[in-house]
Amino acid sequence: MRMWFVCRFCCPAAQSNSNPEWEAKVLEYFKGQLREKESHSWVPSLNDVPLHYLKPNSLVKFRCLVQDMFDPEFYMGVYETVDPSTKANVLRCGKYKDVTECGVDLNSRNTVTAERQTFYCVPIPGESPWAKEISFLSAARVVPSTSYVPSRQKRSYEEDDDDMDTQPQKQREPHTGGMGETPQIQPHGNGDSKRQETEAPSSQTTAPSDCSSHLDLNFPLPGERGPACLVKVYEGLDSFKLNDTLEIYGILSVNPVLTVLGEEKDPSLLLLNPTESMETPEEQRAHDPPASLVPRLHMLYARPLQHNNPLLPSAPTEDQSAFVSSFLVEMASVRAELLAYLTHVLLGDGLAAEYLLLHLISNVYTRRDVLPLGKFTLNLSGCPLNSYTERLYQIVQQLVPCSYRLSMSLHTMNSMRLVPKKDYVANRLVSGALQLARNTSLFLDETQLEQGQLDSSGVRNITALGNLISWQKVDYDFSYHQMEFPCNINVLVTSEGRSLLPSDCQVPLQPQVTPPNMEEYLTTIHMAQFTSQINKFRVYLSLARTLDYSISDEVTKAVEDDFVDMRKDDPQSVTAEDLHRMLVVARLLSLSLGQTTLSRDGWMRAKHIDMLRRSRTEQQKSLNGNEP
Amino acid sequence: MSSPTSTPVGSKRSRDDIPVTPSSDGLASPPSQRRRGQDSSNGDLPAMPTSPATDIASPAVHDTSLFSSPRRSGNFLPSEVDMSSPLMYGTPSSRVEGTPRSGVRGTPVRQRPDLGSARKAPQVDLHTELPSADGAVASEQAAGQKLVIWGTDVNVGTCKEKFQRFLQRFIDPTSNEDENAGLDLNEPLYMQKLEEISVIGEPVLNVNCSHVQSFDADLYRQLISYPQEVIPTFDMAVNELFFERFPDSILEHQIQVRPYNALKTRNMRSLNPEDIDQMITISGMVIRTSQLIPEMQEAFFQCQVCAFSTRVEVDRGRIAEPAVCRNCNTTHSLALIHNRSAFSDKQMIKVQESPDDMPAGQTPHTTIVYAHNDLVDKVQPGDRINITGIYRAVPMRENPRQSTVKSVYKTHIDVIHFRKTDEKRLHGLDEDSDQKLFTEERVQTLKELAAKPDVYERLSSALAPSIYEQEDIKKGILLQLFGGTRKDFSQTGRGNFRAEVNILLCGDPGTSKSQLLQYVFNLVPRGQYTSGKGSSAVGLTAYVMKDPETKQLVLQTGALVLSDNGICCIDEFDKMSDSTRSVLHEVMEQQTLSIAKAGIICQLNARTSVLAAANPVESQWNPKKTTIENIQLPHTLLSRFDLIFLMLDPQDEAYDRRLAHHLVALYYQSEEQIEEEFLDMAVLKDYIAYARTYINPRLNEEASQALIEAYVDMRKIGSGRGMVSAYPRQLESLIRLAEAHAKVRFSDKVETVDVEEAKRLHREALKQSATDPRTGFVDISILTTGMSATARKRKEEVAQALKKMIQSRGKTPAMKYQQLFDDLRGQSEAAITKDMFEEALRALADEDYLTVTGKTVRLL
Repeated sequence: MRMWFVCRFCCPAAQSNSNPEWEAKVLEYFKGQLREKESHSWVPSLNDVPLHYLKPNSLVKFRCLVQDMFDPEFYMGVYETVDPSTKANVLRCGKYKDVTECGVDLNSRNTVTAERQTFYCVPIPGESPWAKEISFLSAARVVPSTSYVPSRQKRSYEEDDDDMDTQPQKQREPHTGGMGETPQIQPHGNGDSKRQETEAPSSQTTAPSDCSSHLDLNFPLPGERGPACLVKVYEGLDSFKLNDTLEIYGILSVNPVLTVLGEEKDPSLLLLNPTESMETPEEQRAHDPPASLVPRLHMLYARPLQHNNPLLPSAPTEDQSAFVSSFLVEMASVRAELLAYLTHVLLGDGLAAEYLLLHLISNVYTRRDVLPLGKFTLNLSGCPLNSYTERLYQIVQQLVPCSYRLSMSLHTMNSMRLVPKKDYVANRLVSGALQLARNTSLFLDETQLEQGQLDSSGVRNITALGNLISWQKVDYDFSYHQMEFPCNINVLVTSEGRSLLPSDCQVPLQPQVTPPNMEEYLTTIHMAQFTSQINKFRVYLSLARTLDYSISDEVTKAVEDDFVDMRKDDPQSVTAEDLHRMLVVARLLSLSLGQTTLSRDGWMRAKHIDMLRRSRTEQQKSLNGNEP
Repeated sequence: MSSPTSTPVGSKRSRDDIPVTPSSDGLASPPSQRRRGQDSSNGDLPAMPTSPATDIASPAVHDTSLFSSPRRSGNFLPSEVDMSSPLMYGTPSSRVEGTPRSGVRGTPVRQRPDLGSARKAPQVDLHTELPSADGAVASEQAAGQKLVIWGTDVNVGTCKEKFQRFLQRFIDPTSNEDENAGLDLNEPLYMQKLEEISVIGEPVLNVNCSHVQSFDADLYRQLISYPQEVIPTFDMAVNELFFERFPDSILEHQIQVRPYNALKTRNMRSLNPEDIDQMITISGMVIRTSQLIPEMQEAFFQCQVCAFSTRVEVDRGRIAEPAVCRNCNTTHSLALIHNRSAFSDKQMIKVQESPDDMPAGQTPHTTIVYAHNDLVDKVQPGDRINITGIYRAVPMRENPRQSTVKSVYKTHIDVIHFRKTDEKRLHGLDEDSDQKLFTEERVQTLKELAAKPDVYERLSSALAPSIYEQEDIKKGILLQLFGGTRKDFSQTGRGNFRAEVNILLCGDPGTSKSQLLQYVFNLVPRGQYTSGKGSSAVGLTAYVMKDPETKQLVLQTGALVLSDNGICCIDEFDKMSDSTRSVLHEVMEQQTLSIAKAGIICQLNARTSVLAAANPVESQWNPKKTTIENIQLPHTLLSRFDLIFLMLDPQDEAYDRRLAHHLVALYYQSEEQIEEEFLDMAVLKDYIAYARTYINPRLNEEASQALIEAYVDMRKIGSGRGMVSAYPRQLESLIRLAEAHAKVRFSDKVETVDVEEAKRLHREALKQSATDPRTGFVDISILTTGMSATARKRKEEVAQALKKMIQSRGKTPAMKYQQLFDDLRGQSEAAITKDMFEEALRALADEDYLTVTGKTVRLL
């Protein structure tokens, strides 16, 4: 139905060429439609629905990260075709499409060349399974019309075998109604109906994620699945940045013509035709992968995502502020519950739990020249060995929408690519594990590190991690030069002793309980939480991060006085860095309680817990000092 | 090549003499020439292209208004409007007809694939006219008819005429391009270049488009909009002119005009569909070059039956294979003979946007560039180049078997001219190569800023606002960013004087040294950031590596060379290994790097300022020790730093309060508030760039006097106590700092205020770093010799005491080491450490008074 509007706008305009505003109108229309309540949930999502269930040339959405930006390309915005039967010239519109109709008159003077850019987009790296699941379920529940016909057992999400069986019938009606009009864009009906026939049986054998294995889809993290997408961007090219997380609404294009991968390459033609020799096979593979694997998406509208937590309203609208104010009321109670939960998880260490909570809501909220403000890298030292850190990660993963655990074993540090690197042969940015979306929780497991030799790439990786922690930036390797990309990643380092990486704050873990069976202990804690409870935690963590914060002049004064006093007592141990950290702690502490201004109490509390932490590290130091 | 090369050398020379004399005549009459040029450019130009009537009218105007030879008016031809050579006037008709035959006709035309490929069909149809217009005869016809090339407003005749006039008259007295070195700037520039061609024999004429623009804006517009049509016309014009002037020159092929520096586009990002088929200039970095691709220009077919041969030209990348032999009428008997077909060289080059042009947070764009013929292999990956060429868009090849085609064009640039931008970095001054273009308003705001009395304070507070106070350090760094004036004494044999200011920051850990370094690194365009711990000598200087593709040895430059003309920030300077540090000696004074590696011996420029940060050895600064003792750096290196600052934790209440206020403010102020308070980083960047490029202050008389006095004073302070407190190096530092301060003020003169500030800053830095902890006096010898004068004096005293003691014992040829030490300790009033004792022994051993072997001391 929506697609119908595109062609309605496209075709007459192309024929008359009299109405240049039609493009703006199309966008206005779609934006208007999508602004309507719930309307965006009608659009099927590439993240959730396997590609072969989606109609070509239909409107879909895709929640993704901009992994690479290709060079701008020129395309035929308007072109003329000659109808072989009537010999009549027809003007056609090439916008939002990959291919032209047959018989293009290349010499027509009516051809309008326009420019667009391609972004290579991947699903948000490290998106937690629960986030995927919930966004899928919520979409599926609300959906009155998706243009696919899911039969249960074929989907790759086997987890939710409940309420879906009622869906297909409901979906079919509006869908067919919509498709009745589609032939307008596809007068020859190519692919469309055929696709349905051919795809249906084949889909039983192959899940989309399976076929992606032989082609490197360039996901930042190893073991990721999901569709990568080539997004064609028409408007506002400058507003997009690398590593932005976007929800893109666009027209899906999976025309098999795009897949022609130089199979019929004629050597003689190759010699003569300059366009053929331009690209190396690697480059072709990277830039024109088969459309069945990497679909093309013609962007109509993209919404930058502040977070990818499906439990929170994503757009900053009235209902979000209503949601926030309603949640603020129970903030303190949720915090207490979460703290209790984390204390259990951290083997009864309340202080460590407090710090972990603060860490989880930290966020680089601004940068002052090179200094990122608000980052709070936590080093949890003294972690029990064996699988404790792994379990801890699983619990963190349950709470945050995006996370990744980097096990810092010698082998991974030496062999893994952390920093993205430009591959000039394939002309693309080869991703690395540090190409992450904003507010991703990066869990560095230093307990896995053993003694041994780091080779040069290992040293580079460690340096990159150090830079990430200190400056919240990653220097991408462009071989002839480096380019700095600022990031906003929450780094949590678990280690046995003090971490070799820098950190804002080190908390030695002091277990109060020593469960005989760690696995069992943690599992029981985890199982004891209801899903609704966990969901509350999830909302809480995402929400606390977005709150505004300020310090009144009065408190400023108090803080200053306090600092001066502290320095008077012990100038050696209280430095500017300590003040930096305490200000961050105070900020996070206030936010965690839902307070948007720093109160005197808040400051005192921050001071207090920092004092506790410091005495603990001192203690640890003297302990280690006593050891021979 | 095919022209009659048998012309004896002698005769050639004698013929060459003839054009020489007229050119000296031309020298004698420049005023009339120039006036003619002005007349025509003022009065005639607008009317010129419109109709032939003006062509006839214009000479009439000349005749009445100027005192030119009357013979000219008779057989005046448009193509030789400005023949200044009297020879031309003498026998005009015979010359004009004679020379093209032997010159233009005799020299083979070389195809220009850079212009010809991928034309759109409708243009080609009418374009066939253009090749036919080639050659002298046709051009006259073309001048007669006022036809324009289809799809353009270019009239071949007028265009040619204009270009010839441009070549003959264009004078650029203010030219500072290095290519024009050795040319007389008051003579027509391009005529001199033609002369150069006749001597050197390289048939390429590079034409600066901005020259064309200033001479004839309309011609320039045509050149930019229709390069494909206009450049061949230019070729024609220049060849006619050349062979008229140097009729007997033998060239490999006809002269090709290569315009460069088209002002149309500067940045790859701004290329858009409107630029297609236009001439553009973009800058970028070569990232990949392909192997040589032979591109067929003309196919040679031979009939298998009757051996009849035919040639077919390649049309838009395709060859129409003749199906029937014209000779014997056999069908499908023609076979392509590769050996006899004509090929031209072609190379694909990938160019990436240079990092400075990119908006933050986006990836660099790349463009494909095709180089043809002799431009192949002119550039290597890693080169930074300016490319002038024609932007092309080729639709995807249509496949008859497919009903649909991808609606995307492939774009590339057919290169006409390469210009390496970093080429000059290897020799001489290059300030103009990376000149940033400032808009008028920007310059105005910068100048307004410079006029403010407190600009120095403003700028220094704008530097790294997140770092608290340390104002003198910031001021020092600010002066480092501006740098001194570059002086060249190479003629007197002293070489270049260092203009860069080097700064060392040392102090307690956690005093935001690294942050300051990071800030500076982000501020300057050519900054490098390394850590002493992680870098090796090789990483700093240069290393040789084998290119995996070409198996060629390539010199890869390290951080110091990369930061040429920038700032190299070295963190953890003290952690650097000695061998690494040793390379800095050369860099920090001579500003060069000598490399002798794997058969590559060279000297690279490394005119970099070094901003280093070092931590004290004992992790905390020990105020009882000297700088040298605290950071354990060789004094030879330390003396190369102009300013050495200590960043210590001051530990006083007022400071703490201000610090706390500053930090808290950092955390709660909103973005707008900061903008108000501080200068924008971008403004600061521009300010520095502007000052660095355009301001070159020189010392005035008073300032020199002030400097001399300052230096003498510094020497005096020390001499009172038998110490030297200043060396010429310090004087040089003072000069540099004073110059930098003048640059901050945008002043062309170094005045006394600048010297005063330089003195103050220098003193501050000295006070911090060169204070002898034992006496509390400033003692420069701590930095220059590594030991304070008092320490040296004490050492001597101990040695003397020891000697006296030994002498008092009388004749004892050998003594126990330990006993001697104990005796000395007992005798001396001051505490004597073992180190001091050993030093004294060593001093005496140096005097050949005694020797130490193991545990015994022997007198000699």
